Amino acid sequence: MSNKNWMPRWFYQLASPRWCYQITGKLMPGFILAAVLLILAGVAWGLAFAPADYQQGNSFRIIYLHVPSAFLAQSIYMTMAIAGAIGLIWKMKVADMVAKSCAPIGASMAILALVTGAIWGKPTWGAWWVWDARLTSMLILLFLYFGVMALNSAIENESTAAQATAVLAIVGLVNIPIIKYSVDWWNTLHQPATFKLTEKPAMPVEMWLPLLIMVLGFYCFFAVALMLRLRNEIIQRERRAGWVRELLIEK
Amino acid sequence: MNDMGTKIRKLGQLSGTSEEVFRPGSVLLATIRRELLLAFRRRSDLVNPLIFFLMVATLFPLGISPEPSVLTLLAPGVVWVAALLATLLSMDSLFRSDFDDGSLEQILLSPQPLFMVVLGKVVAHWIMTGLPLTLMAPLLGIMLFLPAEGMGGLMLSLLLGTPTLSLIGAIGAALTVGLRKGGVLISLLVLPLYIPVLIFGTAAVEASVTGLPVTGHLALLGALLALGFSLAPLAIAAALRISVSG
Repeated sequence: MSNKNWMPRWFYQLASPRWCYQITGKLMPGFILAAVLLILAGVAWGLAFAPADYQQGNSFRIIYLHVPSAFLAQSIYMTMAIAGAIGLIWKMKVADMVAKSCAPIGASMAILALVTGAIWGKPTWGAWWVWDARLTSMLILLFLYFGVMALNSAIENESTAAQATAVLAIVGLVNIPIIKYSVDWWNTLHQPATFKLTEKPAMPVEMWLPLLIMVLGFYCFFAVALMLRLRNEIIQRERRAGWVRELLIEK
Repeated sequence: MNDMGTKIRKLGQLSGTSEEVFRPGSVLLATIRRELLLAFRRRSDLVNPLIFFLMVATLFPLGISPEPSVLTLLAPGVVWVAALLATLLSMDSLFRSDFDDGSLEQILLSPQPLFMVVLGKVVAHWIMTGLPLTLMAPLLGIMLFLPAEGMGGLMLSLLLGTPTLSLIGAIGAALTVGLRKGGVLISLLVLPLYIPVLIFGTAAVEASVTGLPVTGHLALLGALLALGFSLAPLAIAAALRISVSG
């Protein structure tokens, strides 16, 4: 009995589409507020007040977008694969919907990371694209997202699509560390230390604190985007349910 | 007609009777026998990936330069990419005919472990594509002026790498078997997963060309193969169950 009580009740309720819709509706304003405040503070601090880098000047400021989006691209893939696994094992509809909603957000974050990386690369490396290990693994991550999204949209049946996508996402999750290390190794094999991210040992506090705020803000933004997509997905799939009809009539 | 008869007969052997002793090894061998027999009844399908392999390798000198010094540099990567694409091309048909005539459902319903049946199908696929590709690779190596020292590395790396390609590709084939247009989709799903094998494979060839030790790269290819051998059949089996039930 005591074993059961350590999780709050609303956590179990998340498994039901109806309760999930209501709970996310209550959580959303808080996350929107947090995302807006954190991102605004981080952008203002990072772009206007943080000191310029002694080597790269002001061009380094793009990390305030680049790093959080790269962070998110990776953790969203994890979220997607774990949600997919939960859906596959316990047949939870909501987990399937979370996994499906994650993919487009993750792919856009990967694109954002690649684009900001390219923009930063032009003044720093002198080229828009360099076959740097990190850039390449981000590109492969984007391909993995594309694969997941393509498979999901190719299968008509919703539950089959969710299960197949989950299997693919889990296979991808197993492969991500292998891809990462093989790409790292390939890069060092072919072009040893030609291009390296400028090492900044002990970034000063004024530089990393806004970055931390941006990362947190991006995570809140992801939570908001995920909840919005999830709620859409719930409404769409449960459109025949009574509570959805009541909800729509109310509005 | 003959083809169909063999298929059904072999399937009967495969599903067996419940009184029989449960021997995973015999399931594996029976599946491999069935697949090979079916493949040899339709020999043209066997040759197609090899011709494709040869054609892709011919495109590179035409598209880049016939200069031996350039081709020597490109040879390891070109042979590996061509082998990878040839494997990928043959992947789509792995479960397709079994799915279309319903034997795949029978396989899923049979009391034999699906892991073994799936592994048998993949091994048979490798014997029909990966192994001939490996044996043919030196020919492409000569066409692309790969130095003679590199041949050993090329064949060994392909020998260890192509089974992994078959295993990973089978996951994509299993996921897309129920779809009408699986062809392009399967490459989208599988190609990113092929990247580590490509990297270590070409690295092994390049190392053997320059006279560096190859064992490290081959060991990594072997590790990938071991991982694929133990995990991929689980994913393939799960994907097949999903595709057939949906």
